[in-house]
Amino acid sequence: MTTTALKGQAIAPNLMGFTLPITAAFGAFFGLLAGQATGAGALLGIIAGAVVGAIIAYVLVTMLPYKTGRLAAIAAVGVLGLLVGGPIGLIVGVLSGAALGWCAYWVHTGRYRASMPPYATPGQVLWHNTFKFICGAILFFLIAPIVTIIPLSFNAQDFFTFTPEMLSLDPDGFSLKHYRDFFTNDDWLRPLKNSVIIAPFATIISVSLGTLAAIGLSQSHVPFRRAIMAILISPMIVPLIISATGMFFFYSQMGLFMENTFGISKSLSGYIKVILAHAALGIPFVIITVTATLVGFDHSLTRAAANMGATPTVTFFRVQMPLILPGVISGALFAFITSFDEVVVVLFVGAAAQKTLPWQMFTGLREQISPTILAVATILVIVSILLLTTVELLRRRSERLRGLSPN
Amino acid sequence: MTDTANSGPVLAADGRPLKASLNRALRRQKLRAMLLIAPLLIFIMITFVVPIGQMLFRSVENQIVSEVLPRTTQMLVEWDASSGEAPDNTFFAALTKDLMVAVEKKQHTRLGSRLNYETTGVSSLFRKSGRKVDDMGEGYTDQFVAFDPTWADPAFWADLMEAPSAAQALPQTTDAYNAFASTIMSEDDQDPRAEQPWHTVYLSLHQDLTADPAADFSGLPAEIAAAQAVAGGFAMDDLAAAYIDIDEDWGTVETWQTIQTYSSKFTNGYFLNAVDMQKSPDGAEWRPEDQQIYLTLFVRTMIMSMTITISCILLGYPVAWLLANLPMRQANLLMILVLLPFWTSLLVRTSAWKVLLQQQGVINDIVVWLGLVADDNRLALINNATGTIIAMTHILLPFMILPLYSVMKTIPPTYLRAAKSLGATNWTAFWRVYFPQSVPGIGAGSILVFILSIGYYITPEIVGGTKGVFISNRIAYHISSSLNWGLAAALGAILLAMVLLLYWAYDRIVGIDNVKLGG
Repeated sequence: MTTTALKGQAIAPNLMGFTLPITAAFGAFFGLLAGQATGAGALLGIIAGAVVGAIIAYVLVTMLPYKTGRLAAIAAVGVLGLLVGGPIGLIVGVLSGAALGWCAYWVHTGRYRASMPPYATPGQVLWHNTFKFICGAILFFLIAPIVTIIPLSFNAQDFFTFTPEMLSLDPDGFSLKHYRDFFTNDDWLRPLKNSVIIAPFATIISVSLGTLAAIGLSQSHVPFRRAIMAILISPMIVPLIISATGMFFFYSQMGLFMENTFGISKSLSGYIKVILAHAALGIPFVIITVTATLVGFDHSLTRAAANMGATPTVTFFRVQMPLILPGVISGALFAFITSFDEVVVVLFVGAAAQKTLPWQMFTGLREQISPTILAVATILVIVSILLLTTVELLRRRSERLRGLSPN
Repeated sequence: MTDTANSGPVLAADGRPLKASLNRALRRQKLRAMLLIAPLLIFIMITFVVPIGQMLFRSVENQIVSEVLPRTTQMLVEWDASSGEAPDNTFFAALTKDLMVAVEKKQHTRLGSRLNYETTGVSSLFRKSGRKVDDMGEGYTDQFVAFDPTWADPAFWADLMEAPSAAQALPQTTDAYNAFASTIMSEDDQDPRAEQPWHTVYLSLHQDLTADPAADFSGLPAEIAAAQAVAGGFAMDDLAAAYIDIDEDWGTVETWQTIQTYSSKFTNGYFLNAVDMQKSPDGAEWRPEDQQIYLTLFVRTMIMSMTITISCILLGYPVAWLLANLPMRQANLLMILVLLPFWTSLLVRTSAWKVLLQQQGVINDIVVWLGLVADDNRLALINNATGTIIAMTHILLPFMILPLYSVMKTIPPTYLRAAKSLGATNWTAFWRVYFPQSVPGIGAGSILVFILSIGYYITPEIVGGTKGVFISNRIAYHISSSLNWGLAAALGAILLAMVLLLYWAYDRIVGIDNVKLGG
């Protein structure tokens, strides 16, 4: 007897006693929401929703194949929503229809217990699905705020919520004006330029020094290794506000010193200060990612290279570097995002001339809140998606490379 | 029997003893490792460790009082506050000399605001006195010049003060004149030979000449001896009355006591302030009830950080469990939902919550639309502790999920099955078998989240209002608004101590080498 057959045997849901009531209860929940929203009353909503759910379950399970059935459910509840609540009702109806159709099939074909062993009791199956639902809700909590601001950034009004025009999908309710403002307004362009200047320089400093130190730390005999590691990681552990306070005092003196001794301009010394501060903050990330890559590095390769007559420099650039490059690049991305995203230190160390994008967003949020922030936020979300993809690809590549090495 | 066995130590190929040769190689290896690490270590020391150390120093440093008022503080060492009487004219004379220099160097307002942290009203006291200090002691100048116009000649003064025996014979005068000369040269770029000395110099001269009527000034120009003869008969300026006329606080013991208490070079005053205490003649004591804010803030920071940590455990545990037990493909897909918030800018997430939680925001709109809450009774989700906790739980949740996930990934699922097949219920199997193995993950995640949250500044500042802010917001306030940097440094030092303690615990439990980023 195969597993499929066993599962097929284990589930034979009773239409009247099982699928129908569950789908009806599901429908009643949507009905409750709809009843509350349209003002028809909770009771009426529950009854109507339950009836719709029951009808859909019955029709779908007994008469229609999977694909047609789901489309039919979407169409039916969508039209119902349109009749009751207009365009917004249509959207809600389509979504509820999709959910109800899915629910009917999910319950009736027994897929709700597909990942459970056949001997699981109904209580276990119920808990398993409830658990999945809770996890789904938590993941929704994680992702929803970020997703919500994307449509809001196309708002034609200066509001921070969905306007009736947006909800009725009226094209007039949407516009690109906040994006236009971002790309034309000097208040936003200058910070953007500053961020683009400061972050790469800070990254270069952290990566070059950090990679060297990580290689040093990965050697077998390093005196005071733990203490050194603790010092190098400390910028990540010490709260930013404390780093910022300390740097505020020290860097202002350092700035004066640079201006008086080397005669460099106030704005240049401002940039140098912020770049140095950000480089210090980015270093722990480089150290952590590069040492993690070096753990899997096979040191016999460098010995082999030396054996064949390569100088240490050649060995470093032609043997070691290509192998640890993924770790170095992901460390660099971490350092970059740390600097690009940093507000507290730049707020304390920098002057108005060094205002970065996060700083401008921070003042924007605190003082004169402008919807352009949402456009900026959307752009930054896209940037972080790109970065996340890069890091993930690099990680895979690193694992593949490590898989090739004898370790 | 070989040669080596007979001739003592084993030799390496180059003829050195093998032990020495190996030691040398090891030394060289250590040196190379240190050379690779050194640039970064130096960089971090300069750009990070030294600034933090300097901040810690600033929390106890108090040189401004003794630097700006050197003569006054020196005299106050002897003064007994318990006598209940404000100091006499000699103290005011010292104060005048100190203030004269301080006003020229524009230090008296800074000193005033420093002392104002301890006793309110001192700031305006110094500002008002600073405006009038120019005239203090004018009576002596007038009397000396009326007696002999030579005393008004700057060149005469310069020559007199250059005489070798002047410093010994006229200590106060030399001191006051030197202060005058160096100040006008450095601040106004003037030549002391062309400027008539300040009144304080004449005041000091009068003090020197009347200190000992029998003093012998034979080594100095004759004008001194002549002046000595009449100085005793000069009308004395009542400096104390003049100061009290400017501000009656000069006549109170409290003002002088404040200067006396804070005249040492180092102080624990900032730290006492940071824990709601203050210095008093009888040692440290609690501040009045209505001025105690910092302990409340520290406690609130701890409680809110703990709430956030616990919410993160409650929300993160199920998700980490799901991720660790799903097939690789699905787990990787769901992992994106965890990593995307992790990679998204902090400001983006904070602005998202600001938009969502507002009174007219998306969440309130939805609950009103659903009829759960009346339109005129919208939920207050922002500018209070609720807002801070919701937003920070969201922001820090990935820092809980990732360590939990990496620990749970290593727990074999067979253990749970074995427990169940031995008769354990679901709950027992989880609680007695699975949960204990996941505790290291909870520990790592909790400490990470807790450390990050007690130092948070941006999010509480934006969504916290007044009831949801942390100690870090107070530090920022003292740095940028109230300019009480010493107190900011003391608050920072206490916060740093708490974090380092947790860091140490984290190192013990997890090890700093094992910090993982992005799964």
